[in-house]
Amino acid sequence: MKRYSVFAIAREAMRYHSGWERAWRSPEPKKAYDVVIVGAGGHGLATAYYLGKNHGIRNVAIIEKGWLGGGNTGRNTTIIRSNYLQDPSAAIYDKALQLYEGLSQDLNYNVMFSPRGLLMLAQTHHEVRGYQRTVHANRLQGVATEWIDAKRVKQLVPIMNIEGPRYPVLGALYQERGGTARHDAVAWGYARACSDMGMDIIQNCEVTGVTSANGVVTGIETSKGSIACKKLGIVVAGHSGQLAEMAGFRLPLEAVALQALVSEPIKPCIDVVVMANTVHGYMSQSDKGELVIGGGTDGFNNFTQRGSFQHIEETLRALIETFPIISRLKMLRQWGGIVDMTGDRSPIISKTPLGNCFIDCGWGTGGFKAIPGSGWAMAELVAKGEPGPLAAEFNMWRFKEGQFIDESVAAGVAH
Amino acid sequence: MLILECPYCGVKAEETELSPGGEAHLKRFGPGSSPEEFEDYMFARQNPKGVHFERWRHSYGCGKWFLAARCTATLEVFGTYPAQSSEPPAELVEKIKAKRPQWKGWK
Repeated sequence: MKRYSVFAIAREAMRYHSGWERAWRSPEPKKAYDVVIVGAGGHGLATAYYLGKNHGIRNVAIIEKGWLGGGNTGRNTTIIRSNYLQDPSAAIYDKALQLYEGLSQDLNYNVMFSPRGLLMLAQTHHEVRGYQRTVHANRLQGVATEWIDAKRVKQLVPIMNIEGPRYPVLGALYQERGGTARHDAVAWGYARACSDMGMDIIQNCEVTGVTSANGVVTGIETSKGSIACKKLGIVVAGHSGQLAEMAGFRLPLEAVALQALVSEPIKPCIDVVVMANTVHGYMSQSDKGELVIGGGTDGFNNFTQRGSFQHIEETLRALIETFPIISRLKMLRQWGGIVDMTGDRSPIISKTPLGNCFIDCGWGTGGFKAIPGSGWAMAELVAKGEPGPLAAEFNMWRFKEGQFIDESVAAGVAH
Repeated sequence: MLILECPYCGVKAEETELSPGGEAHLKRFGPGSSPEEFEDYMFARQNPKGVHFERWRHSYGCGKWFLAARCTATLEVFGTYPAQSSEPPAELVEKIKAKRPQWKGWK
């Protein structure tokens, strides 16, 4: 792999940019691999990357039904934060944030991580108490967040109307290290690094079955033939239930559609990420100038990757009250992703009833921010066969035992 | 936009008039049941990509709960029936089978 650098740009400028290589290979699948990861989204690619980097396992294939990063990795609002309430969540999300901070250097690929600061608005007294509790919890966890009052919010975001009338801004939970990154670049950067380590990324290859012998996984059936493997990692977000069914177990998941939309590009007007959970809306401005707006989930099971129209209306109606200047903006695009929701709104990184088959799913509405941390923890689980400290609490049996990692407030819907 | 016909008042209601209520025909487990049964009742859902039986409430209409059969992959609605049914009506099951020959049946 040729490294990207300022010298590479200068070199290519001298020869009509004829020397850029493909970022990753597109090989045909081999007959067998040590590890097969199903799902070439952010989490799957990160898992493969840290398998190679941290554990030296490089005979790996990453199988993707569609195209690389074409699922939820390409459909989110790119927000990164780690201000969660419970200790296990804070640990894994903060690990992810720390990895994001050095990811461009690590991957030699500019993921455009922008730690611009992140506000979670409190618009009811209930939320004020909830976020103050989160700040205290974060302090104990060593995650730097602070509670700021409405005046400070207005200083940070001058375009915000903090007076209401329906939902006045009473303060906010502020994480200065939070921000955004370029979502596609995260997937592409990991893919390039995986391919460079000799891993095979196989796109347009749908998994149709999981084969096993004596309760241990032996391989998968795909639309490009059977592939044998010693270990299998399932990292497929919305379709986790379908893959689990092939592997012979059930997951406590439900798939729903989550929507987002972007406005036409305008001049820079907001340089932090603002999330408003009461009204189910959140907004940031992309480098192109578009306002990236996230909405709510539909309440019913849905695999169609499009959401209900009235949710767009609801989200915008609420955001217009908080940001009156956006009322005349045209919205350019809208899309939906299928998110896999667990009962406690926390993910599952776990061994499964099938031997040597591991699953990483249930990231629900907030998977993008966790990509590096999730990959790190999942790689450790796949390599060692036992979860490390980051993944231990996120096992799939916690629902039976009642040991929930309740993040319904922190995860809610706004991400 | 989803349009479901309320089996009580006969109104063809669109989504904003209705509230979704999750999977239908769950068997309730409470005190005295095993941890597996209770977990199943609380968290394990069919979550199929295809035919799904679910609860809806006609919140901004007659206010009553009813049940519906819907395809989660296409959003096609096969039919609705009263909430007091312990299983989907046979004619509805037949109708779904005709439309979805691959379908494994309602349970």
